[in-house]
Amino acid sequence: MIDETLLKNEERAVYSLRSLYNRFGYRLYKMSKFEEYDFYARNKDFLISDGILTFTDKAGKLLALKPDVTLSIVKNSKDGTKTLEKFYYNENVYRVTKGTHNFKEIMQTGLECIGDVDLYASCEVLMLAVKSLVLLHEECVLDLSHAGLLSALLNQVTDAPEVKSELSEAIVRKSADVPSALLKEEKISKEGFLLIKALMAEYSDAEAMKAALCTFALSEESAASLDEFYEIVKSLEALSLGKYLNISFSLPCSTSYYSGVVFQGYVKGIPDRVLSGGRYDGLMKKLGKRAGAIGFAVYLDNFERFGEEEKPFDVDVLLLKEDGVKTEDVIAAVEKLSEDGSNVCVQSLVPTDIRYRRAIRLGEKGMEEL
Amino acid sequence: MDMINIALPKGRLGEKVYEIFERSGFECPSIRENNRKLIFENPEKGVRYFWVKPSDVAIYVERGSADIGVAGKDILLEYEPDVYELLDLGMGKCRMAVAAKCGFRDDISKTLRVATKFSKIAADYYAEKCRDIDIIHLNGSIELAPILGLSDVIVDIVETGKTLLENNLEPIETIVPISARLIANKSAYKFKMEAIDRIKASMEEIIKAKTE
Repeated sequence: MIDETLLKNEERAVYSLRSLYNRFGYRLYKMSKFEEYDFYARNKDFLISDGILTFTDKAGKLLALKPDVTLSIVKNSKDGTKTLEKFYYNENVYRVTKGTHNFKEIMQTGLECIGDVDLYASCEVLMLAVKSLVLLHEECVLDLSHAGLLSALLNQVTDAPEVKSELSEAIVRKSADVPSALLKEEKISKEGFLLIKALMAEYSDAEAMKAALCTFALSEESAASLDEFYEIVKSLEALSLGKYLNISFSLPCSTSYYSGVVFQGYVKGIPDRVLSGGRYDGLMKKLGKRAGAIGFAVYLDNFERFGEEEKPFDVDVLLLKEDGVKTEDVIAAVEKLSEDGSNVCVQSLVPTDIRYRRAIRLGEKGMEEL
Repeated sequence: MDMINIALPKGRLGEKVYEIFERSGFECPSIRENNRKLIFENPEKGVRYFWVKPSDVAIYVERGSADIGVAGKDILLEYEPDVYELLDLGMGKCRMAVAAKCGFRDDISKTLRVATKFSKIAADYYAEKCRDIDIIHLNGSIELAPILGLSDVIVDIVETGKTLLENNLEPIETIVPISARLIANKSAYKFKMEAIDRIKASMEEIIKAKTE
């Protein structure tokens, strides 16, 4: 029997999420720890952090400790089938953390759905994303965006790549002063400026988003992407998940990899996003695959301190054994004292760095409470 | 009611920023008491303020210890914290500029030595120009560098230009205008959106009234 109180937050999370993904028919994918460095170097834009931990194996090949899991799953996926490959994983990845610029081992779990991804498959993955967040904490939000829609709308505002790039970054940061400045410089129109402002807003549901964007004249491309995004969000709302959803075009998303819905999850009390995913047909194409794909990762590195209450004691019982006490008597004393579930630490002297609830001396005559 | 944790930059700018919060209806009278306290709260208004080293505001916000804060655009450009930049307060206005000794002439046949506290801003600026540079990272008194021959130019914040002038230096190129920005932690924004947007809207009104 597992004593759940001994599990760390991350371990508890992995166990719950594994159970959830299993229920929906996702299979565990166990992968190797290392991948050829070259593979990541060719797809660096897809990776979250810049640094990759490398080493040379005995054959002289340059390998990397995995900074990402999705790339490996995609590389090894089948292609050209009409069915779906549904995998979940629980792996450690190695990334450079911002600020410290040092590498860190991060526990990551997630799932991928690869193949003929239709509306149902997309909604199933998104539903599992929401359920994953709710398992971690009831107070959670899944931010949703659509890479194709955002790209199409930006194309309506400007043809100039540098202006598009500036506006993209401004939308991610919600910096309203950037489109204001571009309007003043006549690099975008008044209609374009208002559209960018609409893209910086957040929407609580599909109707609100559609109403806001339909006040603008939409190109065919924009209208088609909007319809697709609207249908996905409405389907999720029909599953009573609306209260967890938020539409925000401020999600960063590289359109070289992401082609459709993109999402990030937040849990109250954790300052950074804990879940990130999207429809990444672009990455599949880049890796020479014809299939579609959608998936997400849950980052557990922020859960170490989440909801933590400081324990008043490190051990329940400090058992101080005197010289001459037989080993079997010490073991018998530990077993007796731990019968009620207490943990017992045997020492010869009182340690200065361990807090204990009770101290008991064990001598040849027996135990004495101190 | 969820408290909104607000990181204010210590110093003159922070005092002026607090005035805007105060006039926006988010006052915390205890902040004006003459003591060494760092945290002040007004549960009635749902705000908790704390004084932070200006260059650290973005870190407190990014890491969620503060829900919102006020940081200079120079800090945001240099460290690129993953935060929302909700409002330009139009305060603490200055510019990031390249400065050099009066009469300086750039010898493009040589690597340009650039002394600066803002290594990333300098690197990005010259990368765009494809100019080969050697960045000398300093932590203060940047103006000394070209005077003592440590560097050819400096990249630094220029306000009135008086300090430069008094040291026989002059600004030669403006990189970007700088001002104080209201920033928000992305996760906090999702859960406290109404309260944060209310603060932002109130501040926007005060700032608009000031400029009119």
